[in-house]
Amino acid sequence: MEESNDFGNSPFMEFVYSVHENMVKNDIMLIYEGEVNQDITKTFTSLTQKNLDEEESSLPIKKRVYHVMVECLQNIGKHSDNAESGKPEIPGTGIFMVSKSTDGYFVVTGNPVANSRIDEITEMIETVNQMDKDEIKAYYKKKILESRISDKGGAGLGFIDIVKKTGNKIDFHFRKINDIASFFIMKTYIN
Amino acid sequence: MEALLIEATDDTPKVVLDPANNNFEFSGKSLPEDVTTFYGPVMDWLDQYAESPNDKTVVKFNLVYFNTASSKLILDILFKLEEIHDEGHDISVEWHYQEEDEDMEEAGEEYGELVEMPLVLKSYE
Repeated sequence: MEESNDFGNSPFMEFVYSVHENMVKNDIMLIYEGEVNQDITKTFTSLTQKNLDEEESSLPIKKRVYHVMVECLQNIGKHSDNAESGKPEIPGTGIFMVSKSTDGYFVVTGNPVANSRIDEITEMIETVNQMDKDEIKAYYKKKILESRISDKGGAGLGFIDIVKKTGNKIDFHFRKINDIASFFIMKTYIN
Repeated sequence: MEALLIEATDDTPKVVLDPANNNFEFSGKSLPEDVTTFYGPVMDWLDQYAESPNDKTVVKFNLVYFNTASSKLILDILFKLEEIHDEGHDISVEWHYQEEDEDMEEAGEEYGELVEMPLVLKSYE
């Protein structure tokens, strides 16, 4: 009995409760931390699609959430680096979250990337963030023509497509882990 | 020429390239982990088909979703069809989309602007 009382008062139990409380408070539909492979991508997208079918009536919004989820999950899976070595790690590991707001949805991801890639990623996102609708359309067409499928299997169009489809800027931040890598956090809003 | 038939999966589209029945169609979802492996046989098949296409070819795209890597491969397919068209053959594309799906409509319009061959948008309810 003593044992179970200790267990009941343990910091871990409090942690579980606070996770629950925070998830409810922030309207989090899905949260995951771990390896992101193709099976995870398929499972989460179809799960979210099912949830959205029940509560969201706008087809374009449903499809945009789906779209952004796939791009974000495949980003983690294909473009993460190891936090200790800074070398590419496939499938990558990271955090993935979908939450609801009053009039839209947030898709948030976080994964380690080598510090040497920070400038390149920043430039890619800032380039598309400052474009208006027509500019991004033109930029997309230019880039899809130039694009080559990389060894990682990407077309290099993910950020462009997210901004183009959602019409919103990508929020992002690099949180330093050590001298080799940072945790790249990216937040997309779909409304 | 032998048909290329690929059944749909959770992350790859159904592909029908069947000259004997004059049926050419891509339908469903496309978000494969490795687009090059999936679309490789399609591109090879089209290379061969280009050598002796049917008198009239209508290629239907009826996709509900595709990721950015697939969007590049779809463009590659369209360029291949454009080559056949440039050789003087009667070939066209039908881009089908659900009426409410404005993004899929826009994608069709954009492909239409990128390739120089007949590409018709067709909505369904």
